[in-house]
Amino acid sequence: MSHDWQPRIVAFACRWCTYAGADLAGTRRMDYPASIRLIRVPCSGRVNPSFVVRAFQRGADGVLVAGCHPGDCHYIEGNLFTRRRYSLVKRLLEYLGMEPERFRVEWISAAEGARFAQVVKEMTEDISQLGPNAKMREQL
Amino acid sequence: MRRIGVFVCSCGLNIAGRVDVQKVTDAAAGIPGVVHSENYKYMCSEPGQNLIADAIRQKRLDGLVVAACSPAMHELTFRSAAKLAGLNPYMVQMANIREHCSWVHRDEEQATAKATDIVRAAVEKVRRDQPLEPTRIPLTKKALVIGGGIAGMQSALDIADAGYDVVLVEKDATIGGRMAQLSETFPTLDCASCILTPKMAEVARHPRIQLAMCSRVTQVAGYVGNFTVQITQAPTYVDWEKCIGCMDCQERCPSRLPSEFDRGLGKRKAIGVDFPQAVPNRPVIKADHCLYLQKGRCGICEKICPVEAVDFQQQEKVWEEEVGAIIVATGFDVLGAEAFAEYGYGQYPDVIDSLAYERLNSSSGPTEGVIRRPSDGEIPKEVVFIQCAGSRDPDKGKAYCSKICCMYTAKHATLYRHKVPDGQAYIFYMDIRAGGKGYEEFVQRAVEQDGALYLRGRVSRVYEEDGKIVVKGVDTLAGENIEIAADLVVLASAVTPRTGARELAQVLKVPADQDGFYNEAHPKLRPVETVTAGVYLAGAVAGPRDIPEAVANASGAAAKVAVLFSNDELENEPLIAAVDESKCSGCLWCVPVCPFDAIEEKELIERVGSKEVTRPVATVNAGLCQGCGACSVACRDGAMNLKGFTNEQILAEVEALCLMTGSPE
Repeated sequence: MSHDWQPRIVAFACRWCTYAGADLAGTRRMDYPASIRLIRVPCSGRVNPSFVVRAFQRGADGVLVAGCHPGDCHYIEGNLFTRRRYSLVKRLLEYLGMEPERFRVEWISAAEGARFAQVVKEMTEDISQLGPNAKMREQL
Repeated sequence: MRRIGVFVCSCGLNIAGRVDVQKVTDAAAGIPGVVHSENYKYMCSEPGQNLIADAIRQKRLDGLVVAACSPAMHELTFRSAAKLAGLNPYMVQMANIREHCSWVHRDEEQATAKATDIVRAAVEKVRRDQPLEPTRIPLTKKALVIGGGIAGMQSALDIADAGYDVVLVEKDATIGGRMAQLSETFPTLDCASCILTPKMAEVARHPRIQLAMCSRVTQVAGYVGNFTVQITQAPTYVDWEKCIGCMDCQERCPSRLPSEFDRGLGKRKAIGVDFPQAVPNRPVIKADHCLYLQKGRCGICEKICPVEAVDFQQQEKVWEEEVGAIIVATGFDVLGAEAFAEYGYGQYPDVIDSLAYERLNSSSGPTEGVIRRPSDGEIPKEVVFIQCAGSRDPDKGKAYCSKICCMYTAKHATLYRHKVPDGQAYIFYMDIRAGGKGYEEFVQRAVEQDGALYLRGRVSRVYEEDGKIVVKGVDTLAGENIEIAADLVVLASAVTPRTGARELAQVLKVPADQDGFYNEAHPKLRPVETVTAGVYLAGAVAGPRDIPEAVANASGAAAKVAVLFSNDELENEPLIAAVDESKCSGCLWCVPVCPFDAIEEKELIERVGSKEVTRPVATVNAGLCQGCGACSVACRDGAMNLKGFTNEQILAEVEALCLMTGSPE
């Protein structure tokens, strides 16, 4: 692995909070690694675990699911499903041998641009230490 | 095969300064299905939109990707442009290469590679888009207002004046709310009753306003434009249709109880009105204190009533109303005794809260406006006001500022000096927050003209000694301990949502914050709306508000309702869930996860061979669905999908993004 290898991170971002938080990071011209690609979803509760698994299978080195803070969901309780669902999925991924740093669930509000940038930085650094995802990547 | 057009915006140098726009345009041209790809300096400008419109017509495009700013910024702009050019507006996707790319990455090569990826994912998404049409739903042009305080009355009047019917639900026997309890109002010292009671009368006689008194909203079903609301009315034991309001019954009733309206400082009769200016001016019987209802004795009111209006047999009444919009104006309570053990509230009669002090000042109150202390009726010569009682105190009380206390405490001190010229008011405070027209000047007048002594610091203890209430505290500006032997202590207790507000929030499906105040749809830009379409907020239900703010809020909410009612049909965002009935096994796991009760079971009739068979499937109510997609994840059959965010679309985006360009492989 070359020293300038950069991980690829796929993020599922709820449109009301985290996607808007990432917009704010942009408006404030915060600088963070270009490793992350966002997929806009209406709610973090829309994110089917199969999307996460598919990303890892297709070679994503990290996956982030991010939405509104519990209690702030635009759809009242969508992120509560996310919280429950992904505490299980996280354990499942670890059981399959994935390093826990590769998958994160974060609550990032529309006001937390700095927090969004920080999470991207942390994930990029952590995954850079680990190297590419070899565990679930399909050999095509 | 789709014919997709990609339009890359330079946004001046906002995008082009970091992203090689030409490279992105060229890369997009190479994606299968992309038949047109170009870039322009400002795609959102009129010439930019014309470029798009021309390309749609000339190249017969049936899908657009606009690689520019955040969809929050210009998605609507480009959807409208597409619509004008004859393309379904939902066949447009934004690729956010500004906020999420050029503005946050320094390395041009990396930023260009990322922008290309983002465009590719958007192309894959639009490739799987289907033209969508907003659904049209009818609406009932009648509004429900919950709460008959100043905010609720203002909303009801504005909507009724706009020509729509209003049902105003009030839990008490009179409208007026908290404002009816107040003596004077800051910063003008207008008498509250003088400005409130004419409005109360106006509400009562307005032909378009129907009052539901002693009532609560107990169930809400339906959705914007089409709510069915269940209202439960407690028995009043007086037939208000017959009653003429002579109040002979109140005069003769032998049973007295502490008046809740007077914060327990005065007495009222078991039958009667809360205060003489009550609207409607009709008595109710407090069942817990009525000798007839409790013990079967007395019954004087029934005997003397000239119109035979007293009805001890009256039962709770439940009915339904169909309304198109709901305004919640349930107002506020204040923190109770349990929060203030150290201030002796609830223990010493001469430690009262600010609402009780309002009643002492009110000419219709228990002392007819003379300030007398509750214990012995003496006129207090030294009064201590304690601000922030429970507010700005995350450990024991509420973390937030109750906002109105600085001003009403200044008012209290002013009124005190006007009524007891040789008395002294002391005010313990943390900060003075007097933001408002004429507010700061009002506080200064309280200090300079009316001799209020402001002490910056907290009170540590309050106890009784020799008939006085001793207040121990600290003046942090002078750096000394202070001990005042006061005759009366008034607590500016924290403002809280009304008791029961949280339960009502659940009935209405409106989120509330940790303190129970209802959340606005957007704290700045949509302050009177909630995330539940058709449910609006007015006044202190969303947080502490003073009267002008509550009234402004109320008129704002009423304007929203009037705008809604100006439509004959409503358009619903088509990005909602839909069931593929051929795949649905009828397990109905989607039903409990839906936060809006938008999914129901339906009997599907199918022909199998020569026989007709029925099987259950899920069906989505387009009026209720808000498009969160929770059901699509719960679905075991892959039958439930979310339009505009389908499983196939999201998976295609995943695939596109995992093929990142510029990766070492």
